[in-house]
Amino acid sequence: MAEYSTPTSEPEFDANFAQLKPRMNSSEALFESSRCLFCFDAPCIQACPTGIDIPQFIRQINSGNDTGAARTIYEANYFGNACGKVCPTEVLCEGACVYNLQDVKPIEIGRLQSFATRKAIEEEKPLMAPGIPNGRKVAIIGAGPAGISCACELRTLGYAVDVFEAKAQPSGLTVYGVAPYKITNEEVLAEMAYLQQQLGYSVAYNAPIRSRAELQQLEEQYDAIFLGIGLGKTSTLGLPGEDRENCVGAVEFIEQLRLNHHGTAVGRKVIVLGGGNTAMDAASESSRMGADSVILAYRRGKEDMGAYEFEYDLAKGVGVKGLFHVAPVEIMGNGKVEGIKFIRTALHEGQVQTVPGSEFIEPCDMVIKATGQAKQTEFLGLIEGLKTDGKGRIIADERTGQTTNPQYFASGDARNGGAEVVNAAAEAKATARGIHEYLSK
Amino acid sequence: MPDLSINFAGIKSPNPFWLASAPPTNSGYQVMKAFDAGWGGAVWKTLGVPVVNVSSRYGSVNYRDKRMMGFNNIELISDRPLSDNLREIEEVKKRFPNHAVIASLMVQSRQEWHDIVRQSQEAGADGIELNFGCPHGMCERGMGSAVGQEPDVLQTIVEWVMEVAKIPVIVKLTPNISDITEPALAARRGGADAISLINTIQSIVGVDLDLFAPYPIVDGKGSNGGYCGPAVKPIALNMLKNCAQHPGVRLPISGIGGIETWRDAVEHILLGASSVQVCTAAMHYGFGIIREMTSGLEQYMTDKGFHTIYDFVGKALPNVLPWEELNMKYKVTANIHAEKCIGCQLCYTACEDGAHQAIQLNAGTRVPEIIEANCVGCNLCSLVCPVEDCITMDRQDDGTAHLTWKERTAAGDIPTEFNDEKAGGRHHWVPEPAAALGKEKHKTLPGKARQYPSAAEVPTTQA
Ligand SMILES: Cc1cc2nc3c(=O)[nH]c(=O)nc-3n(C[C@H](O)[C@H](O)[C@H](O)COP(=O)(O)OP(=O)(O)OC[C@H]3O[C@@H](n4cnc5c(N)ncnc54)[C@H](O)[C@@H]3O)c2cc1C
Ligand SMILES: Cc1cc2nc3c(=O)[nH]c(=O)nc-3n(C[C@H](O)[C@H](O)[C@H](O)COP(=O)(O)O)c2cc1C
Ligand code: SF4
Ligand code: SF4
Ligand code: SF4
Repeated sequence: MAEYSTPTSEPEFDANFAQLKPRMNSSEALFESSRCLFCFDAPCIQACPTGIDIPQFIRQINSGNDTGAARTIYEANYFGNACGKVCPTEVLCEGACVYNLQDVKPIEIGRLQSFATRKAIEEEKPLMAPGIPNGRKVAIIGAGPAGISCACELRTLGYAVDVFEAKAQPSGLTVYGVAPYKITNEEVLAEMAYLQQQLGYSVAYNAPIRSRAELQQLEEQYDAIFLGIGLGKTSTLGLPGEDRENCVGAVEFIEQLRLNHHGTAVGRKVIVLGGGNTAMDAASESSRMGADSVILAYRRGKEDMGAYEFEYDLAKGVGVKGLFHVAPVEIMGNGKVEGIKFIRTALHEGQVQTVPGSEFIEPCDMVIKATGQAKQTEFLGLIEGLKTDGKGRIIADERTGQTTNPQYFASGDARNGGAEVVNAAAEAKATARGIHEYLSK
Repeated sequence: MPDLSINFAGIKSPNPFWLASAPPTNSGYQVMKAFDAGWGGAVWKTLGVPVVNVSSRYGSVNYRDKRMMGFNNIELISDRPLSDNLREIEEVKKRFPNHAVIASLMVQSRQEWHDIVRQSQEAGADGIELNFGCPHGMCERGMGSAVGQEPDVLQTIVEWVMEVAKIPVIVKLTPNISDITEPALAARRGGADAISLINTIQSIVGVDLDLFAPYPIVDGKGSNGGYCGPAVKPIALNMLKNCAQHPGVRLPISGIGGIETWRDAVEHILLGASSVQVCTAAMHYGFGIIREMTSGLEQYMTDKGFHTIYDFVGKALPNVLPWEELNMKYKVTANIHAEKCIGCQLCYTACEDGAHQAIQLNAGTRVPEIIEANCVGCNLCSLVCPVEDCITMDRQDDGTAHLTWKERTAAGDIPTEFNDEKAGGRHHWVPEPAAALGKEKHKTLPGKARQYPSAAEVPTTQA
């Protein structure tokens, strides 16, 4: 059944993972920008978590001011280029476009956004500059969308900013987690280089902050510390056989895929456990890597899945089959994964209950668990007075991002429990303002 | 099947669509191809004194992604040898005896006019069009619009032509004049059989922002050109109406200017044209557009029950009145059909900022609401609304009263002083000026305004 053959070279990988939102050429940008109605108090702006002035930048593209368009975008969102490609625009700006109410295709806001920003990046247009130094220093833990956005905004406010990142590259899950058909590594990293080059914060790579002692040092050396640490590894399910070879976490699998591309090993018959967006991504990716069959197994019904409908459609479109109302009982196999023992479930008074005696074994040679990422509870426990909520999310002031330890601020997945790049970018920018407000007192 | 054929001042043509004198009629090859495609007639690219053209000749006005909504040129009359043109006219006429071939002419002296008129007749042309229009290049040499702008000179030349003309003579008018009926009347006095209008309008279509020169650019420089294409239709229609309504003109009129579709042609005909000429649209899309034009015209005539073109030539003229004769008791107001509204709020901002503050926004919905008491019935909102029939302008008066400015003037019932109680806007509600300050800033400055909710000031960057 495989619709894709296993890629063995970079060009083959690129073909299997062709960009869903390919770059617009200038004619396409002209045509598409010409369609915009330039609404008053436009609903698309309301729907953008970073509040980009969309009709403004579309008008700028339309009048041949692409650089101005990029400026408008970056004024609101430092991940302007990445967001144009990775945002779930169907449920954000494009979903709010008034054209939907006329049953007309909404404006392709995301692609227009990337059109303008990518041009600015390639032409190295200077659109941002650090503020006048104010003598204060902020440490940022994590170079993901939250950390980098906060760093950028703080630099424009005149702060000295040092970012500490556990991994070897910036942008967090944008380069390590987002599906390769949404954005390429090169494109993500080009935007990161563009931002850093203009705003001049420093980033230490392979520099995880792990111990109380390291935190202590930061607390002494910096006026404030920003936590942009995201989430942790895939949570364990606690199933027998979970440690068998070829039973992997989705986030870890995707990270390998992003790093090694066609060098990533994928089974012939893959079962993905979960019903969220990450599960859809992992399933699509397995299929595009040439697996013969990919099954998406979920405890509840299709309609109960947390994933966006268009993400499920995307997976279905590449041959992924759904297996609903089943719960895994055991990962079967002999050293290596050979199958999953499932039990059927039924909904009883709103509760998922297993149906006794309905066990069956679905053979496979790879299991991808997309059942959520763990929180960095242990690490957060090292910070004095820092509180998390019942779900392990950092508690912070909604407006300022200040945590229950006044020296610490937080944004992004670690605070919101896992959302999108755009949410991290929006929150972190506001939090930088919160830090400024706190340190200006 | 309606009959599309016309007899225009004695020139017969299977349909009213002619190609205007311009590049599409530059050669026998093009004219034959056009007739083959379905055009009824062609006014040959102007023959006359020898000319030399420059390279880089056309400029365009684009609107967003739409190209050539306005077009201009700095080209002159035909630069091909007269004998070639005459020979090809003859050839075309032999092959297409029932199509209209009209020779457009432009020369200087009486003798030259006599010669060229005779030569055109001998070649078999069905009619002659005198080009008194070209607004560049030729006028500097005392021809083209230099003639069209001087009614007396125009009349004299027409008289010269009529001395030898045995076929119908059309005078083509330039719009580069304040009252188009003056040259039209001069043409009639000179004995012309018909007029055609408009020729191109003096224009600069744009300026290159890097080279600091007007388009089209010839070695870093430019010159004023002649404007045409869809953008000029409104100007053409008005001049057409002026000539058609003038009791002294009474000549068949060939309508020209911005005709691209059958609709444009019908509009020209409704305002008095009995043939229409097309240039830019044929230059843009080729001769094939004739199929849409004839099919649209036929369908329209069938739907309306018109048998010939003459059933509706000038049919809209009685409805074009001087402003002072319009009924001031007629009253429309805007009506938003909420079920169609997509919430773009363009109507709101248009009326709020550009009209009469007669539309308001209400919490919890994006559908705006008309404040009927403030609505003056200007149409603006219904014009900007992107949804068909979403805002309709509905009649409010009962249709029984009729009163015009003219009648009011006659009855001594018009406002005459500043602050006159009778002035129209006297009791119209207008918000206090200061109520404007800060209003909607959060909506018109969205990105930033939503980004900085905190008290912390926004610092100036070094950028
Ligand atoms: C599989 C998957 C697909 C996704 N697809 C999309 C998508 O298509 N579109 C979209 O908008 N969003 C998507 N997301 C969500 C999006 O990637 C995240 O919401 C976003 O990256 C969160 O940004 P962040 O900065 O909070 O965290 P992260 O992106 O997780 O960044 C955190 C960074 O902190 C570093 N770090 C963590 N702890 C430490 C430490 N102790 N010391 C130093 N460094 C540390 C990490 O190495 C990482 O670089 C996806 C997420 C996943 C998991
Ligand atoms: C390039 C060009 C050359 C033209 N040359 C002539 C000409 O030689 N003689 C003439 O009478 N009109 C000439 N015209 C004017 C056209 O015949 C016509 O009057 C004008 O373009 C308006 O019609 P349109 O809007 O359909 O283009 C020319 C127009 C163009 C664009
Ligand atoms: S809602 Fe759609 S049409 Fe309106 S401004 Fe936004 S992108 Fe343009
Ligand atoms: S018709 Fe004119 S005044 Fe009336 S609501 Fe529309 S824009 Fe306003
Ligand atoms: S312009 Fe039309 S569609 Fe837009 S808000 Fe007004 S009524 Fe609705």
